[in-house]
Amino acid sequence: MCTLEKRGNIYLLTLTGSGEHRFNPSLLSSLRAALSSLLCSSHAPNSALITCAEGKFFSNGFDQSWVRSAPPSQHRIISDLLRGLISDYLSLPMPTVCAVTGHAAAAGCALVLAHDYVVMREDRGFFYMSELDVGLKFVKYFEVFFNEKIPDNQTRRDVLLRSARVTAREAMARGIVDRAAQGIEGTIEEALRLAEEVAATVSDGSKLAEKRKLMFSETWRHVSAAGGSKL
Amino acid sequence: MCTLEKRGRVLILTLTGSGEHRLGPGLISSLRSALATARSDPTVAALVTAGEGRFFSNGLDLAWAKNSSEGISTLVRLVKPLIADLISLPMPTVAAVTGHASAAGMMLAVAHDYVYMRGDRGVLYMSELDIGLPFPDYFMDLMQAKITDPRTLRDVTLRAKKITGTEAKERGIVDKVCQSASETVAEAVKMAEELAGRNWDKGVYASIRLSVYPKLCKSLEIPQESDEAVRKHFASRL
Repeated sequence: MCTLEKRGNIYLLTLTGSGEHRFNPSLLSSLRAALSSLLCSSHAPNSALITCAEGKFFSNGFDQSWVRSAPPSQHRIISDLLRGLISDYLSLPMPTVCAVTGHAAAAGCALVLAHDYVVMREDRGFFYMSELDVGLKFVKYFEVFFNEKIPDNQTRRDVLLRSARVTAREAMARGIVDRAAQGIEGTIEEALRLAEEVAATVSDGSKLAEKRKLMFSETWRHVSAAGGSKL
Repeated sequence: MCTLEKRGRVLILTLTGSGEHRLGPGLISSLRSALATARSDPTVAALVTAGEGRFFSNGLDLAWAKNSSEGISTLVRLVKPLIADLISLPMPTVAAVTGHASAAGMMLAVAHDYVYMRGDRGVLYMSELDIGLPFPDYFMDLMQAKITDPRTLRDVTLRAKKITGTEAKERGIVDKVCQSASETVAEAVKMAEELAGRNWDKGVYASIRLSVYPKLCKSLEIPQESDEAVRKHFASRL
């Protein structure tokens, strides 16, 4: 489902396999387990985390086939797990870079935006909030998160209310993505470069995490277990 | 006061006549009635609002307010549900700003999802500072929702700047600038047709719009569904 490796001071979290990396309880729990090892232990200063994926897809969102096979009372499990995953990323005591190596759709886009920085593949792939196209509404934490991460009216409207398929170049122009690169390897290499640059400036990761939670305080309020809403 | 014309799945609402289309009780009521028609017609999938003549709308009917014992505060109170109707309308909305849009008239324009405007004439203008009127709270909430560039918001509200269509496009208020009133309407209708062609579920569209503007919808007293209701909707669609 995912692997966590270390390259020097940079952690690389990879969604493995050639599939769509759709979010079901297994994948979300694996991601949370990988991150928990980074949340709990103390680290060398000047670390960073990159999240990337193998294959054509970064992540295509929630696993609808899992949902269809699960009893209705369990559906909220994946929504709650994603909420926990976002709280993990917000709490991570190091800078985070998303290497969007393939298509990101719906909840997959939430994983992208949960990072501090985004590097996206430009020769292929879209950032696509497909919810409107497939007929899904937003729960509160999701809505709050997208409002804090995409404050520009026209961009947020196009992404959420027009279900636009956004390329890396457009995403950069509109402030969703920081850098674009060619190919999967190129995207990961650029992400490594960016991660090294940022990691060099952050020696106290726990202070970074405090500031990040303060910067996205409304999201933090809705996703954290402690302060979180119990809707 | 206003007319409705159906073109395919697009409803075109036109503020008629060569006057200023000022928002008094009569016009507000006609507009709300037109929006109710759009809402209730299952064959309508998008709305375009346009104006005839030199003005899109020049704001509240201050002359009416002066002659009435109820005054401006009544008009402010009456316009709020009109704006709420637009923000809660379960379909994409495109404003074709065919002439000047001032104060409440500018609010009417930016309350649409997309704003198309002519570039050859006409300005967007929040005149309140110039004429000594306060902003109703919901005006500011609407502006903060739709004008997210801080310097643009400042120029609009604290400088009462008159902004042409071209400048409004550069500054993120307007989506497309056209060469004439008729081209603005034609392009707005084309956009509305494209949006209608996406065949979005109306209830989902309305819900997502509220998610895009949660503070505004609170200000306009538009209720949002609970997470439980959203989850039930999700389960019902499987």
